[in-house]
Amino acid sequence: MDIHEYQAKKILSGFGVTIPRGGIAYSPENAENKARELGGSKWVVKAQVHSGARGKAGGIIICNSSLEVAQAADKLLGKKLVTNQTGPEGKITNRVYIEEATDIKKELYLGLVFDRSSESIMVVASTEGGMSVEEISKNKPETIIRSKIEVAVGMQKFQAREIAFGLKIEPNLIARAADTIIGCYRAFSELDATMVEVNPLVISNQDQILALDCKMSFDNNALFRRNQVSELRDKTQENPNEVYASDRGLNYVSLDGNIGNIINGAGLAMASMDMIKLAGGEPANFLDVGGGATPEKIVKAFKLISMDEKVKVILVNIFAGINRCDWVAEGIVQALEKIDIKVPIVIRLAGTNVEKGNKILKESKIKYIEANTLEDAANKAVKALGN
Amino acid sequence: MSVLIDKKTKIIVQGFTGKMGSFHAEEMIKYGTNVVGGVTPGKGGMKHLNLPVFNTVKEAVKNTGASASILFVPPAFAADSAMEAADAGIKTCVAIVDGIPSHDMIKIKRYMRRYSRTEKMTLVGPNCAGVISPGKAMLGIMPGHIYKEGKIGIIGRSGTLGYEAAQQLKNLNIGVSTSVGIGGDPINGSSFKDILEKFEQDDETEAVLMIGEIGGPQEVAAGKFAKENMKKPVIAYIAGLTAPKGRVMGHAGAIVSAYGESAVEKVQLLKECGVIISKNPSVMGETVKLALNSKT
Repeated sequence: MDIHEYQAKKILSGFGVTIPRGGIAYSPENAENKARELGGSKWVVKAQVHSGARGKAGGIIICNSSLEVAQAADKLLGKKLVTNQTGPEGKITNRVYIEEATDIKKELYLGLVFDRSSESIMVVASTEGGMSVEEISKNKPETIIRSKIEVAVGMQKFQAREIAFGLKIEPNLIARAADTIIGCYRAFSELDATMVEVNPLVISNQDQILALDCKMSFDNNALFRRNQVSELRDKTQENPNEVYASDRGLNYVSLDGNIGNIINGAGLAMASMDMIKLAGGEPANFLDVGGGATPEKIVKAFKLISMDEKVKVILVNIFAGINRCDWVAEGIVQALEKIDIKVPIVIRLAGTNVEKGNKILKESKIKYIEANTLEDAANKAVKALGN
Repeated sequence: MSVLIDKKTKIIVQGFTGKMGSFHAEEMIKYGTNVVGGVTPGKGGMKHLNLPVFNTVKEAVKNTGASASILFVPPAFAADSAMEAADAGIKTCVAIVDGIPSHDMIKIKRYMRRYSRTEKMTLVGPNCAGVISPGKAMLGIMPGHIYKEGKIGIIGRSGTLGYEAAQQLKNLNIGVSTSVGIGGDPINGSSFKDILEKFEQDDETEAVLMIGEIGGPQEVAAGKFAKENMKKPVIAYIAGLTAPKGRVMGHAGAIVSAYGESAVEKVQLLKECGVIISKNPSVMGETVKLALNSKT
């Protein structure tokens, strides 16, 4: 789960990371008041959307008067911001963050992620802040510092100091920088985060160490014990069909093609999508109804796919194990009696009681194209596009 | 032979009296698995499915001599149960459960570092279908009848895609020595490499089919291991050709975040390690057959 910049900043400041003063606004008037409240003569108005690269997309506006702040807020609020990370559809800006401007002396990069090879938490830092970590790895790989943290004992002061010295921070600021790095680590480890990124982490002309932009993501599997985090979910930042799916226990990812998929199991779903691609088609989605493929889940899956206007053919591929094919077939028949689907449907059943399952489908009134193998199903789905 | 479990392996079920535990324990027993009891804290002394229930894994091991366990406990308690199994001297533990926090998985693996290599429990999963040695024993939730007894080792992240492979092999009259589901999570108990190592040492396994997917470094690490340490052919299929970068594809671990983690890159890197690639998921069986034929 992702959260907004201002939410991540609030969390990190609770762990001792210094952030510029700022406040959230939902309207231009609101924004103007916030600017006055903060005081000063220069502010930054930042669109709160779940995406990086907001600056290049026009989502971050520097203002020199409270009137300009109101105008900037008006320009951003209620509009979709399209960045190189959001896809062409963009993401809606429902709130803006008004922050006092910072006099930047130096911009650094600080990130924390899970390292799957060493099964530890990895700190990645660089003197080249402001760029994305991908750009840094590409253009300035020699500046990257990596440090693996043993989770059983947590980050040690010396490790944080080493990173800080590696970032060429002046000696009088090392202790402060180390506290900032440890604060980020503690937030990561104590809140079940999967990513913390402070980019840039800046040193101001006043020698403050400030988190100027922050991103945090959390482990969905751990939200059950992180109420204060799960409350921060903003569904307006997610694809509506994906929200509909996740609320119903389905694993769904919307894609650009036109062949809709209903499959049980994530691996089989990816494999079926591969077959569609090899057959010359493009999948409209990834959809895993779960290994069990219960009839209720299948009904929900058909409803979900029928909401997607791109879909011109539906491919159902179920490998039934403990849940037999006859039961799955009954689920499909029930679903198609309830939901009116206009596009061709290709169904491939496999596994336990496959003959019985296919018999149930054949004897029902539903219109479908039967397929026997993975390859057969993909070919028939692509062929059905032409009909 | 087979790896991890055979006909004699004594198995206990953790979370025995729950709905999931009961259902799958019965399925395992029907398959011929030597289930000797189970653990549900607070229900010790009871009988369930005509088998004894214990309060702790230690008690269960002491009274039954069990060496393997399977976990049917909710994700929030799974780490605790896995560590309890490790501490009680269980040698193979399968965690079926989907939804264990990554931080908990790291904790389990750190906890297990206290044991020497010979004492250490092999944890399989989480978020997997389990382990089956066809004709011998089933420590999992798979439909046992789709597996034919034979000489191919299977290692896979996905349950149903593993079934697909087993069925393709069966249709070609090729059997399986053991199939191990390592699970779809970012951090898992056993890696592809860990299980490859066991198959290489198993006399009756002739070749290994590895079913991977996008995300993480494990498939490639296994490929390097195979290149340097294995005589048996390794065949691999990597799912997720159409997966966009940065999106989680169902399995928590199926996300491309670095170089070498996409399907195309993994296939390329595996080829360089001499791994035989099944170019699409409908020819996994065929590719194994070809590899066996060219071997003899």
